[in-house]
Amino acid sequence: MTRQLERTASRDGHRFFGRHWRGRVVAATIILLAAALAVGVLGILAGSSSLTVPDVLQTLFGAGTRAQNLIVIDLRLPRVVGGLLVGAALGLAGALTQTFARNPLATPDIIGVTSGASLGAVSAIVLAGGTYSVAAGLLTIGLPAIATIGALVTAAIVYGLSWRGGVDSYRLILIGIGATATLTGITSYLIARAQITEAATAAQWLVGSLSGISWASVWPVLVMLVIVTPVALVQSTNLDISQLGDDVSTGLGVAIQRHRLIVIVCAVLLTAAAVSASGPIEFVAFVAPQIARRLSKTGRPPLLASGLVGAIIVAGGDALARGVLPGEIPVGIITAIVGAPYLIWLLTRRNSKESNA
Amino acid sequence: MNQASGARSTTKSGDTTKRHPHQHEHSHPHPLALEAKGVTLAYERTVIFEGLDLSIAEGQVTTLIGANGSGKSTLLKAFGRLLAPSVGSVELNGRPVKAMGTREVARLLAILPQKPLTPSATTVRDLVSRGRHPHQSLLRPWTPNDSVVVDAALASTGLTELGDRDAGSLSGGQLQRAWIALILAQEAPTILLDEPTTFLDLTHQLDVLRLVRTINRQRGATVVMVLHDLTLAGRYSDRLVVVGGGRIIADGTPWEVLTPGILREAFALEALVIPDPSSGSPLIVPVDPDPDSPSA
Repeated sequence: MTRQLERTASRDGHRFFGRHWRGRVVAATIILLAAALAVGVLGILAGSSSLTVPDVLQTLFGAGTRAQNLIVIDLRLPRVVGGLLVGAALGLAGALTQTFARNPLATPDIIGVTSGASLGAVSAIVLAGGTYSVAAGLLTIGLPAIATIGALVTAAIVYGLSWRGGVDSYRLILIGIGATATLTGITSYLIARAQITEAATAAQWLVGSLSGISWASVWPVLVMLVIVTPVALVQSTNLDISQLGDDVSTGLGVAIQRHRLIVIVCAVLLTAAAVSASGPIEFVAFVAPQIARRLSKTGRPPLLASGLVGAIIVAGGDALARGVLPGEIPVGIITAIVGAPYLIWLLTRRNSKESNA
Repeated sequence: MNQASGARSTTKSGDTTKRHPHQHEHSHPHPLALEAKGVTLAYERTVIFEGLDLSIAEGQVTTLIGANGSGKSTLLKAFGRLLAPSVGSVELNGRPVKAMGTREVARLLAILPQKPLTPSATTVRDLVSRGRHPHQSLLRPWTPNDSVVVDAALASTGLTELGDRDAGSLSGGQLQRAWIALILAQEAPTILLDEPTTFLDLTHQLDVLRLVRTINRQRGATVVMVLHDLTLAGRYSDRLVVVGGGRIIADGTPWEVLTPGILREAFALEALVIPDPSSGSPLIVPVDPDPDSPSA
């Protein structure tokens, strides 16, 4: 009997908090964490002034020269940390929406959340500079709050419209695509009506870039990640169960509608925080969870690993743009160039067996 | 199967004037596992049942039968709290389900729906382990006992050897046994199965139904299921409930229910009913209509 139990325990892997952690997921997460930190250091090195790894570490631990402090702490660190956090928020948000909809196409970009946040942010930028009476009000609430409201309202509308005694993922995606088109249209209209300076700011912001990021815009993302990540992790057992279908989930005691609501609110908050800080960086929420899932060989995207892959993509893409590629290309362009072909590839090879991914 | 073993709970349809002579009232019914009290079941505006009463006695295998679209799966869903009645209530072990927590219900009642989704990149053992979910929480994590229960569920469904296989690689029959193993791992005393034999060949249908009977006999589990095959339903059930036209058409032991008259009424089926030479349960033999008759 004891031997039987031992054999069982070894086959089960490790279980913490009632959850089953397979060795491969843990290994992938640790390696990705190390890779994300390495990308962070590279991101500080990348750029026009010549810094060495010892220089950077010295400066980070408080022993740098004044010039080094200015470059590392004030200029590059917020950009690198911001890139890592924005990427993590997008990767985690994507993992949540892809899992709850049981469909890799269901990302915040596609189901309209990102464009809702963008519309909110652009209206804040454009109207705040204009002569509209709402401008003062918008400025006091702040851009992250308005982006969050835009994202939440869009999510509520898309979710509500795709509700028919439950949410079907294809209906959610199709309505999301429709909402995205509508919101993008309104955003374009706002830009067309705006003053030239605000229009330029908004257009630049819409590309998705870390160039304008500062500590002030990094903090909200960090706070949101610190609040939302534990809530999302607590939902991970329910996410596993929900892969078996709504009826099985209810049968196993999962309050499926409440679970869905928690998951979608988490994803919306993370997306809104990320979009507020950097503008919409396309395809990260779509690609990162799928890469994480393939690396850890799990049935659904693992949450932490998805966040780490997202962090690596955004911070790494930005470092690449600054260090290697000419002319400071915004990271949103790089992720779109890499992500769009991946989307097409996934669509062409998608079959019914993959529908649970 | 012993015909006289059909001591059942009371059952009546909402429309008392149309009560069938095969329904009986027993003075000493079994304790009730499930009871629908005056329930109205509807999908959006389509009402399937209105003011329906039906009780399920503990420890029996009860099978709901009826023509396609008769509402038998709807009734099972209501018992499994997958469909909330718009009027009336469903009671589990004498308590209204609505007043109970969903996890508490899941420890008492397991349901295998018609189309569960098989997750990708998940081993059979992992899939079956999810049946332990209602027994776990953040404060009560996985214990060695959970592993023992999962092992036992795999063993009793003959899946021990396949535990490490990917669930997506199983055959239809193996997969259905894996889902039943998940339900067993849930350790609920009442089990609902919605068409557990659909898409299986006859051998695997028998596999599943024998397994159901073993679960009922050895664990004393109450089983309510929906089946299409009337002969198999009669062979593996203690009680049959015939559903159709928004009411209970008949309710009783297989020999009481599977009569040519009821088959004609519920299924528009002309059939002979003879004793199955192997089990002694009713064997339905459909009769082809006379090609010369004007109605054919």
